[in-house]
Amino acid sequence: MKKEYSQAVLDEIGAKFPRASVKIHAPRRTYVSVPRDDVYEFAKFLFEEKKCRLSIATGIDKRDGIEILYHFSHDPSGTYYNIKTLVPKDDLKIRSLADFLPAANWIEREIHELLGVDFTGHPNLVPLLTAETWPADLYPLRRDYADEHKELKIEKTKEDH
Amino acid sequence: MKRIVPIGPYHPLQEEPEFFKLIVEGEKVVDLEINIGYNHRGHEFIAQKMTYDQVPFLVERICGICSDSHPYAYVMAVEDAAHIEAPPRAQYIRTIIGELERIHSHYLWVGLAGHFIGYNTVWMWVWRYREPLLDIFELIMGNRNHYAINKIGGARRDILPEHYGTIEKYLDLVEKKTTMFTKAVLDDPVIRARLENVGILTKEDAIGFGVLGPTARGSGYAIDVRKDDPYDAYDKVDWDMIVFDEGDILAKAKVRLLECYESIKIVRQCLRDMPDGPIETRVDEIPPGEGIGRHEAPRGEVFHYVRSDGSNMPARHKIRAPSFMNIPSNVVAVRGYSIADAALVLAAVDPCYCCTERTVVLENGKKKLTGHDLLRLSRQKTEAIRRRYRR
Repeated sequence: MKKEYSQAVLDEIGAKFPRASVKIHAPRRTYVSVPRDDVYEFAKFLFEEKKCRLSIATGIDKRDGIEILYHFSHDPSGTYYNIKTLVPKDDLKIRSLADFLPAANWIEREIHELLGVDFTGHPNLVPLLTAETWPADLYPLRRDYADEHKELKIEKTKEDH
Repeated sequence: MKRIVPIGPYHPLQEEPEFFKLIVEGEKVVDLEINIGYNHRGHEFIAQKMTYDQVPFLVERICGICSDSHPYAYVMAVEDAAHIEAPPRAQYIRTIIGELERIHSHYLWVGLAGHFIGYNTVWMWVWRYREPLLDIFELIMGNRNHYAINKIGGARRDILPEHYGTIEKYLDLVEKKTTMFTKAVLDDPVIRARLENVGILTKEDAIGFGVLGPTARGSGYAIDVRKDDPYDAYDKVDWDMIVFDEGDILAKAKVRLLECYESIKIVRQCLRDMPDGPIETRVDEIPPGEGIGRHEAPRGEVFHYVRSDGSNMPARHKIRAPSFMNIPSNVVAVRGYSIADAALVLAAVDPCYCCTERTVVLENGKKKLTGHDLLRLSRQKTEAIRRRYRR
């Protein structure tokens, strides 16, 4: 009864996006690495032509940049297509998907405030989860946040005494 | 003239504090702003500081109502990353607990919806028959909530054969009572008048916002992880996906009520077919890699992404609860309806949100009304419809 994972989609991806590299982890779990400039067109292709649903995006702090994964779900076949891209630390910018995909609105705001990635073209890139008093340049999900936080705490104790 | 009705940010009835700013013109809601984050606890960050076996206990505490869904999705994500398969008996046990949880969660929603529209009888009836299910959870797992049944590579506790009878007896009771509630909801003209053609979410909006679970299936968007990407015992049992096309609150209520029958069906078949054998496999280490776990929770798909770097702690753990996708869709669902309906529309996606502690109407910056006004308005409307039907 289940339609199995289709090779045809992968061939189409290969033809349309020659710079994409595909890794198949499990029968219904596919990871596609694409350069940052191709992400917008690739997401549009998955959403509009392949009728995929944006499940969520994940931001990961790595040594050379912030890695962003867009998890797209193709429900009729139960397959997850994960777009993987790296945003370098010295230029933390990527084009927002929110103009054609309302589902991207909240998660881009979340990645912006927790990891400091700037989504260009987002209609309303204000903090979603952190408090209004939270400093704008402190990103709590970064690897170096714990160290910064420790310093802040120490300063405060000095003041107290 | 536009006025703002702030709702929130906290009420004891809901476990997820949210702040809704209703922008109204007279009685009509013209726009909605949503603020969340009052309860941001940094689970994703904490999970990176815990070992793989400790994380299920952490993610279980994200939500008190669907406390099985998060650990379920998490262990499947790790199993996907490490290519582990749970033994058949454990798969059946996890499926049974997942479905029993769906019954109690849907019952909770039906009860609360009744409470919001002023039908406290529905509320108390429904919750009266939810109670024995919590006792069954205590019998099987020693806890009414936070069951700790999921474990990487299996289940933590077995369902003993002497408990099968107790569960089956409860299923007979709950089947009878679900029929009673379904008829009560569908036959009562007052409830129908409150729910029908209210808070309509079209299929196009449902797809755009990526809504999940009963919210999507009530709008004709037929997605269900249990059918689309079957896991554990879901492809070994026979059941149907419930879909309605109307998109109003009545459709969502019907989806939830009829899904209880499907859950009963699944649990019955699981109890009948459950194989013997071990309930866990030995897991020594998680190799570097990444995995995705998805489980159809009562409110929709729960998504967990785990990346491993070969150590004993996840390098990154992403959690996405269904309400994160469902709540933004309120912006289009509530537009054009009256304030009295807003209480119900905002609760229709089941974020356990309604009657607020602090409702304040501001006119020219001056406070005019406080208290449980939203709940009162909603009940007054039901009362008015009821009087009309009595005549």
